[in-house]
Amino acid sequence: MLTWQLGELAELVQETPKVASLVLKMPDWPGHLAGQHVDVRVTAEDGYQTERSYSIASSPEDPRLAITVERLDDGEVSPYLVGELRIGDKVELRGPIGGWFVWRAADERPLLLVGGGSGVVPLMAMIRHRAAIKSTTPTRLLYSSRSQDDIIYRAELDRLVSRADGLTVAHTLTRMQPTGWKGYARRIDRAMLGEVAWPKVQAPLIYVCGPTPLVESVASVLVEMGYDAGSIKTERFGPTGG
Amino acid sequence: MTVLQSDMKLDGNAIGGLLREIFTVEMTNAEGTCATCGRVHAVGEVVVYMNAPGVVVRCPSCGAVQMRIVKGRERYWVDFSGVRCIEFSSE
Repeated sequence: MLTWQLGELAELVQETPKVASLVLKMPDWPGHLAGQHVDVRVTAEDGYQTERSYSIASSPEDPRLAITVERLDDGEVSPYLVGELRIGDKVELRGPIGGWFVWRAADERPLLLVGGGSGVVPLMAMIRHRAAIKSTTPTRLLYSSRSQDDIIYRAELDRLVSRADGLTVAHTLTRMQPTGWKGYARRIDRAMLGEVAWPKVQAPLIYVCGPTPLVESVASVLVEMGYDAGSIKTERFGPTGG
Repeated sequence: MTVLQSDMKLDGNAIGGLLREIFTVEMTNAEGTCATCGRVHAVGEVVVYMNAPGVVVRCPSCGAVQMRIVKGRERYWVDFSGVRCIEFSSE
């Protein structure tokens, strides 16, 4: 049975100007799989309650549970979580939830992870899990952000890539690129996927997460390119993330 | 602010928690057979609209409505008439 639990905010990590990770102490956490999410419930003083889903960012091996939240200015929940919540405050959540958009390390197929914006969060849980168990599963992340300042987990991704254990990361910046930028500078398209994705013969396992238009475009291009639809898992983020 | 219909479109992962309330077990990896077109999809990949007063689930292949779920004060209204069969793990 899925029950609401109280977590305590232990650390707040500002990832980008609009995005923060909430690191929570969860006394009765049952453990989770990389890719799962939690539902967070907030209750107003008048008793009004509302819920939002947030992907888990931490690896299953991490004793603390992290979620990464993008602050949406017109959101009902995210401005509270990113802005008002203080260390030591309690957060009501339930989970872990999800059994489809999950990666199990026992699956040895090469991984292609495609993320847009905060859609990188569940993919990061997979990358962190992979690193924590010293998996060498060949893994490529194609990550679309608006600008360099909007790249979530940038330093950690750089560090993980430098371990040279089979993880590579390709960034694309769609709105603004710094001087001398060597990565991609457009929305993810067929040519980009053709350069980054594992060849079809390697039968990669593919996870795509981000805003609905990005997810649908990437998934349909991959199917057109001949990748097996059954090996492509998608998760759409929408304004209900607010 | 312009709200596009496509912005409201999510997938079955988004209702994992709601379905756990109803079925008590994890449902996003359950497989449903569409009553309209007969195709089988994991619940994680169905199309979900949450902007209606409740949740509307559509088949990703044919677009037909598969499920409607409204949650009120200590009450659910559930219409699964668009799904012929749902197969899921009991654990």
